[in-house]
Amino acid sequence: MIEVKDVHFTYPNGVEALKGVSLTINNGEFAAIMGENGAGKTTLVKHFNGLLKPTKGSVLVDGVDTRKVSVATLARKVGFVFQNPDTQLFSETVEEEIAFALKNFGFKENIIKRRVTWALNLLGLVQYRKTSPFMLSGGERKRVALASVLAWNPKMLILDEPTIGQDYQQKEKLRQFIMQMKAQRRTIIIVTHDVEFVAECNPRVLLMRGGRMVTDGEARKVLTNPEILTQASVVPPQIAQIFIKLSDLGLPKNVIDVYEAREILLSVLEEQAK
Amino acid sequence: MSVFEGLRFRRVYSPIHNLDPRIKFVYVCAIFVAAIIFWELLPLITLFLIQIPFVLLAGVKREWLRSMRGAVFLAAIIFLTNFIFSFIGAGYIVTAKSVENAVAMTLRFIVLVESFSIFFLTTSPDHLGLALEQTHIPYEFCFAFTTAVRFVPVLAEEAQTIMDAQKARGLELEGGNFLKRIRNYIPILIPLIVGSIRRSLELAEAMESRAWGATKNRTNLYVLKMHRGDFILIAITVGILATAIYTRLFFAIPSLNELLGSLF
Repeated sequence: MIEVKDVHFTYPNGVEALKGVSLTINNGEFAAIMGENGAGKTTLVKHFNGLLKPTKGSVLVDGVDTRKVSVATLARKVGFVFQNPDTQLFSETVEEEIAFALKNFGFKENIIKRRVTWALNLLGLVQYRKTSPFMLSGGERKRVALASVLAWNPKMLILDEPTIGQDYQQKEKLRQFIMQMKAQRRTIIIVTHDVEFVAECNPRVLLMRGGRMVTDGEARKVLTNPEILTQASVVPPQIAQIFIKLSDLGLPKNVIDVYEAREILLSVLEEQAK
Repeated sequence: MSVFEGLRFRRVYSPIHNLDPRIKFVYVCAIFVAAIIFWELLPLITLFLIQIPFVLLAGVKREWLRSMRGAVFLAAIIFLTNFIFSFIGAGYIVTAKSVENAVAMTLRFIVLVESFSIFFLTTSPDHLGLALEQTHIPYEFCFAFTTAVRFVPVLAEEAQTIMDAQKARGLELEGGNFLKRIRNYIPILIPLIVGSIRRSLELAEAMESRAWGATKNRTNLYVLKMHRGDFILIAITVGILATAIYTRLFFAIPSLNELLGSLF
């Protein structure tokens, strides 16, 4: 469980990135943090594993104040995948890259081997086991970075812009993977601009603007409310846009799911045919 | 990083900022030479003090102090090495002369840092590039130089992100013995170097796609011209250098210790 209590954060250069954010993310919850560039999304999630410490207020991870423990200790519990994989890749092979964190956390040799194989399989990287991570494409490097964090199976997972540079198939895999993690009662927090991806995943949506939390609610409520979305510079997902424009036909406005949309439209068409 | 902070240019206007960077550079070189030819404390104190008006005139007192604070660590090392060696050389006794000598060496270093800090704090990278260009250095070199200067803060920021990313994977940067500590920095240095190379290649492509080097004879929007202030600075520079050389050649400089002794 992550408890954020009235957190303020000012960077050393004087920029106040967070101006009093409070929220609680329960175990097993799946949350998406959205908002315009510079809203403070990444700054906020960097507080969850102690990379940044609040200048005012406090952040508790499972009841432990992040100011009291090192990042490495918190990282065992909170996995953080950075937006740009190039900020972490350094090993000679993909395999070693994934084993790096496991070695840091002091896993045993045979367990490391098993975990690495597991992570490689999970993200479809088996054929690159002995390849240098620098030889891979952007999307593949991103998956290596993800694998290197998943390998130690953290209880909470933070993904900063996970869908950037991924093709549709990979996005779909990522979505299924997130759903699987959710079924295992793991906490997942994503920071993203990809409104379609969020609509498909249907998580709890947290909208940020100018260092403050603007809205907190279900995806189907938040993503279908144009006034709130415009405030945070987010465009509604395509399905929601269609349904907002068709509202004069008496259709519900709060639809973001493709299958639900199909059902509704079919029943309307059937009725008209009668 | 505080040393770099102290060398970081901020755009303000002052008589010193408006001076021709070429003349300022000559001035820095003159101070450099003067500091090197003296090993006595008295002239070095003078050199240190005559630069303070420049700092005040340029209005960069805070940044300048920060860079001086950044130099404290190295200054302490210089003082200690000089002191210990003269301590051993003198037969394990502390003499006033050896202390004065160590202080002088340290002050020499501080004078050098002081003048370079004034130069970089009051000269914008663009201005510096312009100065290089107008001294007929090939444009490729000027461009490489200004780009390098401009990318220092970017690199510092990237190093921070990389450290964060590796810490998030359980890397402990502190602790362990000396060798272990050095090894700890490998996961930070490799992404930093690879990233820099990648970025420079990308920069080269971006430059070429914007027709870099298409014209052989470049002209500049701004042309450096000498003003009254520049001539004053030339006069000051020549004055300092001439006095320094004259003093060196024709005067026996008393040590501070002797001077105080004769006064009281």
